[in-house]
Amino acid sequence: MTGIFKNRLFWPVVSLLTLVVVNTIARPQFIEITMRDGRLYGALIDILRNSAPLMLVALGMTIVIATRGIDLSVGAVMAVSGAVALTIIDGSGNPGSLGTVAVAVVVAVLVALVLGVWNGFLVAVLKIQPIIATLVLMLAGRGVALLITGGFITTVNSDPFSFIASGYVLLLPVAFFISVAAIAVMSLVERRTALGVLTEAVGINPEASRLAGVRSRGIIWSAYIVSGTLAGVAGIIYASNIKAADANAAGLFIELYAILAVVLGGTSLSGGKFSLAGTVIGVLIIQTLDSTILFLGVPSAQSPVFFAIVVVVVVVVQSSRVRGALSRASASLTRAKTDTDDREKAEVAR
Amino acid sequence: MTADTVVPPIVEMTGITIRFPGVLALDKVDFTLRPGEVHALMGENGAGKSTLIKALTGVYTIDEGTIVVDGRQQSFSTAGDAQAAGISTVYQEVNLCENLTVGENVMLGHEPRRGSVIDWRRTHAEARKHLVSLGLAIDPRSSLASHSIAIQQLVAISRAMVLEAKVLVLDEPTSSLDRGEVELLFRVVRDLRDRGVAILFVSHFLDQVYEIADRITVLRNGALVGEYPIAELPRDALVTKMIGRELEDLATLSSSAHREIDRSGAPVVKATGLGKRGILEPADLEVYPGEVVGLAGLLGSGRTELVRLLYGADRADEGEIELHGAPAKIHSPLHAIGRRISFSSENRREEGVVSDLTVAENIVLGMQARQGWARRLRRSEKDAVVTGWIEALGVRPANPNALVGNLSGGNQQKVLLARWLATAPELLVLDEPTRGIDVGAKADIQKKVSELSADGLSVIFISSELEEVLRLAQRIVVMRDRRKIGELESASTDLDGLIDYIANEGEGSAA
Amino acid sequence: MTATAVRDETTKESRTMKVESFLGRHAALMPTFAALAILLLLFAGAEAFLRGDFITPRNISALLLDNAYLLVLAVGMTFVILTGGIDLSVGSVMAFTGILGAKLLADGLPVVIAVPAIILGGALIGLVIGVLVQYFNVQPFIASLAGLFLARGLAFVVSLSSIKVEEPAILWLQSTRITVGSWYITPTGIIALLAVAVAAFVLHLTRFGRTVYAIGGSESSARLMGLNVARTKVAVYVISGLCAGLAGLILTAYSGAGYPRNGIGTELDAIAAVVIGGTLLTGGRGYVVGSMVGVFVYGTIKTIISFMGAEQSWMQIIVGALLLLFIVVQRAIVARSEGRR
Repeated sequence: MTGIFKNRLFWPVVSLLTLVVVNTIARPQFIEITMRDGRLYGALIDILRNSAPLMLVALGMTIVIATRGIDLSVGAVMAVSGAVALTIIDGSGNPGSLGTVAVAVVVAVLVALVLGVWNGFLVAVLKIQPIIATLVLMLAGRGVALLITGGFITTVNSDPFSFIASGYVLLLPVAFFISVAAIAVMSLVERRTALGVLTEAVGINPEASRLAGVRSRGIIWSAYIVSGTLAGVAGIIYASNIKAADANAAGLFIELYAILAVVLGGTSLSGGKFSLAGTVIGVLIIQTLDSTILFLGVPSAQSPVFFAIVVVVVVVVQSSRVRGALSRASASLTRAKTDTDDREKAEVAR
Repeated sequence: MTADTVVPPIVEMTGITIRFPGVLALDKVDFTLRPGEVHALMGENGAGKSTLIKALTGVYTIDEGTIVVDGRQQSFSTAGDAQAAGISTVYQEVNLCENLTVGENVMLGHEPRRGSVIDWRRTHAEARKHLVSLGLAIDPRSSLASHSIAIQQLVAISRAMVLEAKVLVLDEPTSSLDRGEVELLFRVVRDLRDRGVAILFVSHFLDQVYEIADRITVLRNGALVGEYPIAELPRDALVTKMIGRELEDLATLSSSAHREIDRSGAPVVKATGLGKRGILEPADLEVYPGEVVGLAGLLGSGRTELVRLLYGADRADEGEIELHGAPAKIHSPLHAIGRRISFSSENRREEGVVSDLTVAENIVLGMQARQGWARRLRRSEKDAVVTGWIEALGVRPANPNALVGNLSGGNQQKVLLARWLATAPELLVLDEPTRGIDVGAKADIQKKVSELSADGLSVIFISSELEEVLRLAQRIVVMRDRRKIGELESASTDLDGLIDYIANEGEGSAA
Repeated sequence: MTATAVRDETTKESRTMKVESFLGRHAALMPTFAALAILLLLFAGAEAFLRGDFITPRNISALLLDNAYLLVLAVGMTFVILTGGIDLSVGSVMAFTGILGAKLLADGLPVVIAVPAIILGGALIGLVIGVLVQYFNVQPFIASLAGLFLARGLAFVVSLSSIKVEEPAILWLQSTRITVGSWYITPTGIIALLAVAVAAFVLHLTRFGRTVYAIGGSESSARLMGLNVARTKVAVYVISGLCAGLAGLILTAYSGAGYPRNGIGTELDAIAAVVIGGTLLTGGRGYVVGSMVGVFVYGTIKTIISFMGAEQSWMQIIVGALLLLFIVVQRAIVARSEGRR
């Protein structure tokens, strides 16, 4: 039994289940799934479908955070990727053709990959702090996206393209399958290659890893490439969903939600051990919470207040130092922190 | 200084005990400091010097014991408290702000003000006054970063003067200074001593201690060894007290020192003139198949620096390396591992284990890194390697899935040894593999080194424990003050001979 | 080196003192001078391109007027960045305080209550962030992210749509134009310039200000020097929040309304302006006057783009590129000083 409690995924799973149960009690139709025309419908299905862009971005963010980094540019990369795809489709003579859409999607994802290469270069080679390095693209990326669309919101009417976000296959939404594919590929790479454990090693102790012969530069670089590429796919799903490239709104604040999902899933922002499963649950928690807030009749614009409270609670609880500090007299709060710091250093020194 | 006996002490620390989780860092240590003396605090790494200083300067709170400063019992809880009581500290890594000017660093927090507005003219004038009183004619308006570390140390001392420190703690202030700079620092230290300031001096350079100190307190393994006037403690006696005699039960252990080494063929590794400016003077080193070469010398003598250059962990600016007689370049650790050289760092926690990973993951990390990320080691292969080494080295708990961070120091060290042996090296470099670990683990590691070298593995063995070096190594390279001072055959020397060599050899030329 | 050599060194030092000490003293000013040079280049370029139509009293006066809110945000951000932190919340806090002010006034509260209330509201969110950073050891990035969410959500809680401001005292801040020839300045502009002046005073002439720099230089050194690090670190976030509150007031006056969608991404503009103005993101180096120059560079680029009729999207790209340039240069400077050690 204790093993279950100690599992890193215990609290995320409990939170998610609690949300589902509370929702179900408040509105029994929440867990109802109906079938129409060979498609499943319902609040739960919506959550799975709508969570796809955040899922992809958060998976990439997990890897970046594992290397002690952060990628702020994911929202901007989404905007660029959507803009590229839509501009290609819009500019082609035949927006409805499968070939056009395929080319557009591939090019857009490749552009996103290049943007990931760029971020990785700044962080891994030039050794610029990740927050700052990715801030550049976060700022400039939307400008690039606007430039690609010529400053307008490009809209297209292309059935194959819309299919990506709104289509159904085997009873379930296509977007859900894209999420599942991304999760599967990443878990497979993590299990079948040594990338996962080497990434953790670099994130936990970069110097020990270097002395053990790990190529930390390449590993950090590839994390940003993965993050950029996944953000590119997320941008396509987003654009497909609204059938338009909106350079200003695409992926706005998604970096923040992605970081929140990673933290909710039990991966520490200080790098090292990561859990893809945890991130998946984190994303589902956020999406369910979002749906709950909507159900409560709170305008979605106000939902950030709830997320702010969640962020504060999570970071405060996650910090083990704070747990120690809280147990002491509140007057010695300041000291408690520096004290643990120094003691840890002392142990290291010995 | 015969006056010592009549001047009442300014600092009296009695029965100081500090515990860290799982470690007794200081065990009932007494320490006395008198006005107008330079008092050296000596001990090897982990002896408790830094801990004692941090107890005195308010960085650590003590678990037991009393600290009396200037006749008043004190319990400091911040660096600010200690400063208010007249104790200032200058650390090895200068604790000033490089982004500010010299004058600001001297006066920070004590600037003369009109109302609440800082009077910069008077601030700089006062800073200049304090700098000049230490013989420093530098512009207080110049940026601190534009000055050498030595000048920065003196600026830090000037700051202590602003605080009217009665006690000045100098924690390894000379480790990054050259001889001229040390001279400059010592002139200031003597001057302050003559003005009646009590100075606590920590350094691992024996020459400097004998040059400046009036008295010496020696610590070993967190306990007090004793306090001695400098004239009554010759160098070799000091070294013996710092290092200590080893436990008898270890003395009966395996020895490989007398094994004959065939040095007719090409050495496994031969370094010629390997050096790095400011880190290590060019040194030669060669290791033959099946040979154990000991590197002896005190902490900071350059023994770690030498092997780090050899391994590619730091980039050398000069020197050549030959492997099996063929010239080779080693740019990075990965490069070294590919050439079958392995290096286990002395800094187990920061540069050795990856604490949040499991025993198994730590053991295969080196192999996996060499193989590249794309090809993960097969599970069967990995399990065989892991269980094999856990058994061979007696890692406890023998659980491959335990987190390394939760293991004892000795078992962490065994995991590291396993990691490096798993890469099947031809040359294994072990830097302080037995420091701070229990006797049983120590014996296991020594035994393994002895066995492996008998089977043809070449080893470079670094240890502060000279008995260990004498017992395992056939040849001993002796280092002091960041240079190699000579080589000895183990068979032709004993512990006293080696201590004497470390303390005195080449002494005339070094001064 | 012996005692003679020591004396040599000191005489050498006095000989080259003038040159070296000038560089030593003013090395930190170089990035700010660079920003100033970029500003002048922009002016000259635009003037040449638009054939003398750009540097006009009207345009220059408008530069301050249009960017007053950003200037105030940049002032607060400078404090935070100087300590080595970052505050992502300011754009949202500005939106929240702006809409809060508009709402309070619309509900009939007098200006003397509404204005202090919104500035306090900003400071309060800053306090929450500061406490999280200092006492709960949360990374500034994450703590201010929570502040961003909180303020943005609260802005929509106050009102989902824009609220017009009819209060004459607020509109006066914007509509009053103190003119000298064709030059003019509004009370909002004066507030912004005052904020810069007060910040420069605090940073350079008070112990608090010097502690801010010391923390940015080395937090552990500052602590070992016995400075009050905890109080100062909390205070910089409070100052940043306070400035965001003030910016909310200015923006409300400027647009004549509170709007909950205001200032999305403005925190990035403020950070960019501060960095372009020569403040190191790692903390400890920079000037609030530099941040003012940075804001003017930002504003000028914006003006030039609208004059040329080019896409506003170029704005983000150019600012991003400038940011990159400054970061790479800063990184090179840091790498050089590390190499020297």
